[in-house]
Amino acid sequence: MADKPLPAVGYLKIPENGKPYLQGCKCSSCGAVFLGERDNCSKCGARGGMEEVQLSNQGELYSYCIVHRSFPGIEVPYVSAIVDLEGGGTVKGNLINVEPEPDKIPFGMPVEVVYDDALGRKDRDGNSYLSYFFQPR
Amino acid sequence: MTDAYVIGVDMIKFGRFPEKTVPQIGSEAALLALDDCGLKIQDMQALYCGNLGQASGMVGQRILQEIGQTGVPVINVSNACATGATAFREAWASVKAGLYDVVLAVGVEQMGKGLLGGGGGATGIPKEGLLGSGTMPAVFAEAGMEHSRKHGTTFEQFAKVSVKNHHHATMNPKAMYQIETPLETVMNAEMISYPNTKLMCSVNVDGSAAAVIASESKARELGLMNRAIKVRASVLTSDPWQERDLVMPDVNTCTRLAAKQAYEMAGVGPEDVDLIELHDCFATAEILHYENLGLCPDGEAGRMIDDGEVELGGKIPVNVSGGLLSKGHPLGATGIANIYEVSTHLRGEAGERQVEGARIGLTHVIGLGSACGIHILEKAS
Repeated sequence: MADKPLPAVGYLKIPENGKPYLQGCKCSSCGAVFLGERDNCSKCGARGGMEEVQLSNQGELYSYCIVHRSFPGIEVPYVSAIVDLEGGGTVKGNLINVEPEPDKIPFGMPVEVVYDDALGRKDRDGNSYLSYFFQPR
Repeated sequence: MTDAYVIGVDMIKFGRFPEKTVPQIGSEAALLALDDCGLKIQDMQALYCGNLGQASGMVGQRILQEIGQTGVPVINVSNACATGATAFREAWASVKAGLYDVVLAVGVEQMGKGLLGGGGGATGIPKEGLLGSGTMPAVFAEAGMEHSRKHGTTFEQFAKVSVKNHHHATMNPKAMYQIETPLETVMNAEMISYPNTKLMCSVNVDGSAAAVIASESKARELGLMNRAIKVRASVLTSDPWQERDLVMPDVNTCTRLAAKQAYEMAGVGPEDVDLIELHDCFATAEILHYENLGLCPDGEAGRMIDDGEVELGGKIPVNVSGGLLSKGHPLGATGIANIYEVSTHLRGEAGERQVEGARIGLTHVIGLGSACGIHILEKAS
């Protein structure tokens, strides 16, 4: 079992000495920004030339829905949110620390990315995970 | 190149048939479509079979093992919810190319109940409810909320889609449900993913549909032109790059691209179309496609549903079959079931729900991930 939490997804990076961040990459030909790592650009078709970038922790709410029924064992309601990050990159995740009511969740709301334990979820080896969430700023 | 015609087409009444196998369900529609044009399985030169749930299970061959193993080529097709339309299009393409004179396309699906999508990865921890939701009601709720953001579309306007399609289904004996469903009932049903309530989600059903497609010379030789339906356009697109599409599947851009190509191929515009069967997998989705298919300018879809323009008897009736919301959505069968519905109207055989004087119709499906299939059909002259 790992002695520290593991990242919940591959594009969440946990440096040895430093704060966690979301990793993206940017096409050096057309400037398209993607979440995570990739070899080639699906916007312009350029091969190689992807540059690793650290995505911003600041963004705005693009779209969302309020999930009232999910799979058994998953706590509802929660807000499933699509967030555009400053400087590029779009990420999906849970929007926390808001009331799950449509009139309390304005489009374009400024949000920040925060990092926390993955809701207590552990893998079969008992490892803990670090995940990311959005909250209003 | 020859024109291709639908000469036989039918579907089974959608329902739940856990006691049957997928090939048995598919065979029923295949035989109905053959009967519709008076042909036998021995007359078919190829079979194009669409199925998702058993995509690696050679469903097309197993259908022939039910109704006649003639040794013809079988092409099994899987393309998410565009599976049926893709099988139909491959069949159409083989006739257009002159490879065959008469072929069979079948779409079939056997569904469980419950939420689709949101499957976790094989390693690590489940992501559903941790990184938002990957369930289909949530994904299409987010797509609907994008429309709300741009155009102010309301929960009530989305809900009206479901009222309309459930009403249409009361006139379709092959629909899963024939139940009038008032606005309050739709809006007060269990909320699944706001703004989609349970009654704004497509019905998971078992079902099958099939079409016999022939070249013009074969249709004439068989004396079947009087009920034949000309395929004026067949288009399939995938999702062009959009900045958010890796986290937010984009059903709009691929539909707009397909619509543009289909109208060009058919030499018609949206104003020439008399009825449309479009992909109302969720009530939110139908609203998007009024604009994507050019039925109204951007931002006016909410007004269209408010004004009743998309109801039977309105300016451009949409989903008079009851749609996926009430007729049901057996994934691999849906694309061909849409072709059955439009063909039935063009033949003037749709009974109580007949769109009077229908001459040209359009079918549309979306396979999330994404694929868009559009067909434009016309009664043979």
